[in-house]
Amino acid sequence: MALILGDGRADRVVPPTGATASLTVFVSAAMAFLAVFALALAFATGRLAERWEGALAQTATLRVSAPEGQVEAQVEAVLRILEQTPGIAASRVMGREEQAALLAPWFGPDLPLDLLPVPRLIEIVEDRDGFDAESLRFRLAGEAPGAVLDDHTRWRRPLVDAAGRLRALGILSLGLIGAAMAAMIALAAGAALSANSQVIEVLRLVGARDDFIARAFVRRFTLRAGLGAAIGSLVGMAAIAALPPAGDATRFLVGLGFRGAEWLWPLVLPLFAAIMAFWATRLAVLRRLRMLE
Amino acid sequence: MIELNDVGMNYGGGALFDGVTLSLPAGSFHFLTGPSGAGKTTLLKLCYLALRPTSGAVGLFGENASRFDRNAVAIVRRRIGVVHQDCQFLDHLPLAENIALPLTVAGKDPAGATANLDELLTWTGLSHRAGALPPELSGGERQRAALARAVILSPDIVLADEPTGNVDNDMSERLLRLLIELNLLGKTVLMATHDLGLIRRAKAQVAARVLRLRNRSVEVAGVDL
Repeated sequence: MALILGDGRADRVVPPTGATASLTVFVSAAMAFLAVFALALAFATGRLAERWEGALAQTATLRVSAPEGQVEAQVEAVLRILEQTPGIAASRVMGREEQAALLAPWFGPDLPLDLLPVPRLIEIVEDRDGFDAESLRFRLAGEAPGAVLDDHTRWRRPLVDAAGRLRALGILSLGLIGAAMAAMIALAAGAALSANSQVIEVLRLVGARDDFIARAFVRRFTLRAGLGAAIGSLVGMAAIAALPPAGDATRFLVGLGFRGAEWLWPLVLPLFAAIMAFWATRLAVLRRLRMLE
Repeated sequence: MIELNDVGMNYGGGALFDGVTLSLPAGSFHFLTGPSGAGKTTLLKLCYLALRPTSGAVGLFGENASRFDRNAVAIVRRRIGVVHQDCQFLDHLPLAENIALPLTVAGKDPAGATANLDELLTWTGLSHRAGALPPELSGGERQRAALARAVILSPDIVLADEPTGNVDNDMSERLLRLLIELNLLGKTVLMATHDLGLIRRAKAQVAARVLRLRNRSVEVAGVDL
């Protein structure tokens, strides 16, 4: 509270510094704006990873390829095995129309499935406990040798990994933005100190302690950083809110944003910026003061 | 009050002075003289701990100053008023606030300070300039303002480094009188000057000792002054 209200007499001993004031506000605003997007990226990729992991982990596909005449028998054997396998909530044979729809993007809508040796597909829905894929494969090999189980793990894992890495990159970006902001504020504080070296000399001459001198600089930079970050955060939030709504086709691209309580996180950025500015300025000022005399 | 024990100071690769031993008792008045470059300013800086000696020890108020950390130095400076030839002020603050600066940094009560400030402005003849900014002041006004600032915390010691260097004779006399008044109030005064005429005139008014920097050492000047 004392930091916000300030010590009027301590504040007055350092002359106004227009250039560094504007620079600090601008840098803080720009960094907070970027931080909002980094936050949004971290949240969006987190959601994406959870969705992929959740949706894909609950389903598996079984492909039955067998010589003509044996397909239906093997499909029936597979369905019987699936009914007896613990961890499987439901299974169904995909219809010809569904398979045609899956293949349409590659072969067009008029694919004569009846004339082609297209394998039959069986969709499996797991229950909460899931099933033992290795045991199922072992049993299928004995009773339905044309059946191949694809539990999606093979291609699900890289997607989830990629989403996880994107989230880590978002968090790393936040850290880098914070560090860059702290460095720039420390530089600006150093420049302000250099510009006021005579003021500091006079203050030391009349018995000012380092804490007194630091206080005047620290309060200014803390408030400026907080103000700049507040402006940057609000502009960033407005920009995120203005993004077009996510449709199915553009979900990944425009899914960038916040949902529900996530909108509160950008509001914390000014506080973080102010705390960072406080320590960056204080450490820079005290280090510089020790070097001066 | 101020003790220099076998103090040496190297400057620019050579010894500025060496083996200086000096004692300034409480309530004494000393002049420090010597040719330009002899080290008068350096010696004063050693006394208010703006510099640390290369060898030897500086004692202040009965304590070895080499043990003082930065905070202790700041606190002890509140008991030492310093006036420079090129007295520095905070140019963005009016004169009254500049004079009150030691009170500000010491966190003293402004209400009590106001009376003290008014007295000082009257004493130094600067009441009519209280609201002026430092760049608007004449050389003499700046020196008197610096003196007022140096004594506003009622320090035990006043160190003046060529305070009359940039002012005319009348103003020199005026500043000297102010310093003598402070000494009569019990303050220890050490004034560096190369104005021997001023020293002679002062000795007629106050029991002052004259220290001369010569051959990298300090000696007490006698009748040869």
